[in-house]
Amino acid sequence: MVDTSVTLSGLRLDNPVIPASGTFGYGAEFKEFYDIDILGSFSFKGTTREARFGNPTPRIAECEAGMINAVGLQNPGIDHVIAEELPRLREFFHKPVIANISGFSVEEYAYCCERIDREEQVGLIEVNVSCPNVRHGGMSFGTSPEAAAEVTRAVKAVTTKPVYIKLSPNVTDIVAIARACEEAGADGLCLINTMLGMRIDTARRRAVIANTMGGFSGPAIFPVAVRMVYQVARACSVPVIGCGGVTTARDVIEMMMAGATAVEVGAANLVDPYASKKIVEALPAEMERLGIERLADIIGCVE
Amino acid sequence: MYKKGIYTILSNEPLTAAVWRMTLAGDTQWITAPGQFVNIALAGRYLRRPISVCDYDERTITLIYKAVGEGTAQMSRMTAGAELDLLTGLGNGFSTDVSAARPLLVGGGVGVPPLYNLAKKLLAAGRHVSVVLGFNTASEVFYADEFRALGCDVVVATADGSQGVRGFVTTAIAERALDFDYFYACGPLPMLRALSQAVEQPGELSFEERMGCGFGACMGCSCKTLTGNKRICKEGPVMKKEEIIW
Repeated sequence: MVDTSVTLSGLRLDNPVIPASGTFGYGAEFKEFYDIDILGSFSFKGTTREARFGNPTPRIAECEAGMINAVGLQNPGIDHVIAEELPRLREFFHKPVIANISGFSVEEYAYCCERIDREEQVGLIEVNVSCPNVRHGGMSFGTSPEAAAEVTRAVKAVTTKPVYIKLSPNVTDIVAIARACEEAGADGLCLINTMLGMRIDTARRRAVIANTMGGFSGPAIFPVAVRMVYQVARACSVPVIGCGGVTTARDVIEMMMAGATAVEVGAANLVDPYASKKIVEALPAEMERLGIERLADIIGCVE
Repeated sequence: MYKKGIYTILSNEPLTAAVWRMTLAGDTQWITAPGQFVNIALAGRYLRRPISVCDYDERTITLIYKAVGEGTAQMSRMTAGAELDLLTGLGNGFSTDVSAARPLLVGGGVGVPPLYNLAKKLLAAGRHVSVVLGFNTASEVFYADEFRALGCDVVVATADGSQGVRGFVTTAIAERALDFDYFYACGPLPMLRALSQAVEQPGELSFEERMGCGFGACMGCSCKTLTGNKRICKEGPVMKKEEIIW
């Protein structure tokens, strides 16, 4: 019997498979397909202080081996999530959930994290720093080491739960930003968020997506994610959650060998609602095939 | 409820130069209302293709689709015996329990198909069903005879006047002074908008949008309505006239 368990800052997961934020809602859509208790955990839809409708449609564009989305953080707001979604989730998910928090100012991040800190169901807070900072010309918090560190400090000051910063790959040096977050007190890091992309409808001579650009995800970005996880895991000592294009159990193992302690599955859930379940179920056989008894042993094994 | 399953193609044939009809065999128990859709995985295409259900029975599903892009063109090349991975039972379909005695069904182009099973259900419930089908030109007309064979009163409108009433579905409704107390519509957005503004009767309309997942997870197809934010794939694709923000 192989051991698939991993531990993120004291939070023990039965397996490292975590559906990524924005591809799993608040869990309800997937419980129709399978018992989601088999997952390590899942990261709920990025939540902000106020309810947001998000961007105009079309929000989705298909790509070769992936997709672009520009949903624009549609969510019902932190109060609704705490009052409605978490109690509902409690009925069909009996493990700690990961709270994905977004904000457009440092104060908003801190407010949301302080609110979610009181929720027993939340095992870990994942802070999405890819949102634009409205007070600084809309530049993403995650593209500057100083801004990412400022968010990290503000969030750490209001919660005792582990704080993981979810990093944007749309930067010149992700290691510098990862280090800045670690120095500011981040308990861990999650990477990568989507890569900025664009498609054009050549017949209509305009962007496919109403927002023009959006986040590219899917198997096409997997090698980029593995590379960045490898670079960050070597440079930092906090745990890393690997994310980006993961589709199979083999991808999970590859991501862990690159340095990830746990692995998020994103776009794959949208094209095959059973994707995360299949990965969880395929992991033991894949471990046996590769002679891995304890999954945690392979974390960062590649020199 | 919605489920994923493997379906076998029984037939796949053209109805016009660009519109195809595919029948599939498999588990249909998750389809509970006309106007719902399936989401089809295609080899080599990352996202599934959402296609409305034209008709279904205990063991078969009929889909009518237009080959507009590479994915649907790929579907049109598939042959009997091939298998497809479908999510079925998606979306909220048309409500057939409204008390209308004389419903009008209005379809435009590839918006016509989901009205076919709806017509069957309404006729079975003893309603008098009128149908207006709008197309660009005579060569694009399909299913007018199939609706007639069910026992519906059918009016065809073509934009160029090459068949039936010259003009849009709204022209046909006015010209023929069609008598109805409720309407069901599916078609391009400009048609839905014009129809909704032209008629006073209550009704429901089926919308489309680019989708990521088709089952409510990605929020890719959201829209605002007078009764709150809705996902076309989950709370839709069918919505009541009175809740729509045009």
